[in-house]
Amino acid sequence: MGSGSYIALENIRMAYGGRRVFDALSCRFPGGKISVILGGSGLGKSTILRLIGGLVRPQGGRVVVDGEDVSRLSPRGLKTVRRKLGMMFQGGALLDSYTVFDNVALPLREQGGLSEKAIAEAVHEILKAVGVSDADDLLPGEISGGMLRRVALARAIIRKPDVLLCDEPFSGLDPVAIRRIEALLVQINRRLGMTMIVVSHDIHSMMRMADHVVLVLASHVLEGSPGQLRQNEDAEAVEFFSDDLECYQKQGAV
Amino acid sequence: MVNPVSQVGYKAVQLTQDLGSMAAFAVDIVRTSLTRPVRFAAFAREIYKLGVLSLPIICVCGLTVGMVMGLQGHHTLVRFGAQRSLGAVVGLSLIRELGPVLTALLVAGRAGSATAAEIGAMVATEQLNGLRMLSIDPVSLVVKPRAVGMLFVTPLLTGLFIVCGLYGGYLVGVGLLHGDPGSYMSSLRAVVDFHNDIECCMLKSTVFGLLLGLIATYRGYTSAPTSQGVSAATTSCVVISSVTVLLTDYLASALWGV
Amino acid sequence: MNRSSVRDFVVGLFVLAGIAAIVYLSISIGGLTWHKAGGLKLSAAFDETGGLSVRAPVVIAGVRVGEIATISLQNDYRAKVDLELDPTLKLPTDTTASIVTAGVLGDRYIELQPGGDEKLLKSGERITFTESAVILERLIGQLVYGSAKRSTTNNPAATEPAKTK
Repeated sequence: MGSGSYIALENIRMAYGGRRVFDALSCRFPGGKISVILGGSGLGKSTILRLIGGLVRPQGGRVVVDGEDVSRLSPRGLKTVRRKLGMMFQGGALLDSYTVFDNVALPLREQGGLSEKAIAEAVHEILKAVGVSDADDLLPGEISGGMLRRVALARAIIRKPDVLLCDEPFSGLDPVAIRRIEALLVQINRRLGMTMIVVSHDIHSMMRMADHVVLVLASHVLEGSPGQLRQNEDAEAVEFFSDDLECYQKQGAV
Repeated sequence: MVNPVSQVGYKAVQLTQDLGSMAAFAVDIVRTSLTRPVRFAAFAREIYKLGVLSLPIICVCGLTVGMVMGLQGHHTLVRFGAQRSLGAVVGLSLIRELGPVLTALLVAGRAGSATAAEIGAMVATEQLNGLRMLSIDPVSLVVKPRAVGMLFVTPLLTGLFIVCGLYGGYLVGVGLLHGDPGSYMSSLRAVVDFHNDIECCMLKSTVFGLLLGLIATYRGYTSAPTSQGVSAATTSCVVISSVTVLLTDYLASALWGV
Repeated sequence: MNRSSVRDFVVGLFVLAGIAAIVYLSISIGGLTWHKAGGLKLSAAFDETGGLSVRAPVVIAGVRVGEIATISLQNDYRAKVDLELDPTLKLPTDTTASIVTAGVLGDRYIELQPGGDEKLLKSGERITFTESAVILERLIGQLVYGSAKRSTTNNPAATEPAKTK
């Protein structure tokens, strides 16, 4: 998938558990760039990632990944598309009965065709790249949150996908850990040209790393570069970006 | 107020849908069982968790049930002067009915609920979605070893339950109530026939194992991704498994005299 | 990986124990035998089997030597019982087969009493001398009728009320 192609959601109509999430959502994610999905909680940011990954189906509209409509694919078709995608879940979603090594090796083992030695080399290389060492035999429950995220990242990229989807990779981490993961993501993008779509709450992170931003607001969605959005005069956007304190003061609460 | 009749209709439709999706799930499990990879290591791990860890409760319950039957059986038989047939009474009841049914209920309660909870927790923490994104079929990796493991383990545990039960009956009948050891074993041997009794016992316990494996993994797999969902999956697994086992047992006895 | 090899060993033990339990139940208690293809197969006809069941033992001098394979009805309304016996048995042609009861109210089985003939029975042949089962109710009926009869020949007057019974 070249950097010219992109991922796009077109006119997505989506209801989740009886609630209307999207009415006619359309947005694009340029190939080879880092896109950040921002917005308030509960507005459907994670749902966008799930739509791209084919984990949920919309009631209407198209989800285009590298030219194919993911929402209409058969299970076998999905399997093929997912080879191009890597996903990092909030909380890692590592198998909790498997060691760190086994978790990261799993996609390679399931794929087949590689010797155990080659797999071990690949696993150690990628763990080193994300900054995790000497954790081979530990279980996910035994490592810190930051390390967990990095192992999940390693697992997501070990098959060298074209696109990496990250669901709130920074949530619950301290600022130092956030910076580390941010740096890793940027590094991977620059070195491998991997398209990245990151869901985040963190405005500052976004400003630092995003090439393209999709801002999910209560009634509509705005797209653009970080600079463009900050200067956008849309009332909801302004409210989102404004200083919290200022906002409360305006409302007379403080 | 909702019309109670339409409530019944709604529940009936839901139940049929549920059964349908459980059947589809079963077909999926069979499909993955017949395809590679065989996942032998995971299968062995499940046999440990489902079988070996159930041994204490199975053996203790088997022994206790045998002992109770020894006591009760003796009290009843003594009135007809037939206490020499204690072995036959204890053995036949255990082998034909109590062995398969009680073992299945115990397995449902211990191993079944553990499996449902485990898979449910995996759903709640998105582990199964993680697998899907890696192009790995969660039914093959997670469900298959557990369902097949349960199928395999149940007849083995039933055999062990029955042996413990026979020993319990022996302990009480011979040790406690001073019956004749020879007649315990000989009446047992005389009345139990492989083809009528042991075969149907193993057949029943295999069918139970099949049902338990399916129900436990299905409840876990389709649980809501919340902690409430996990607990609901666990309790409904035990309830549905128990009812299904007892109903199947009745149907088997009524229709085939098994 | 130490954890895994210990656990695998335990799993193996468990599976073996389970299979051993089932095998024990099948063979020792259920009486499953691998069918000796060369088992001595004989048959015998009885007027009355009295509730003899298939798989009941066949006994000589109290020792089990085989079992009943099938029971069927012959054209002359007698019961044909097929016996499956230990192939090493040597039974003379004048052997008797009787249906006896274990205890007063117990199960029926067949007892063989070997005769003295030099010729031996071969597989597929018939045991000619048979004793049918004794039905307790008929025996009691015979006793009552028999004693009633004896009383009539001794004292005709005294048996009048008995006769009308």
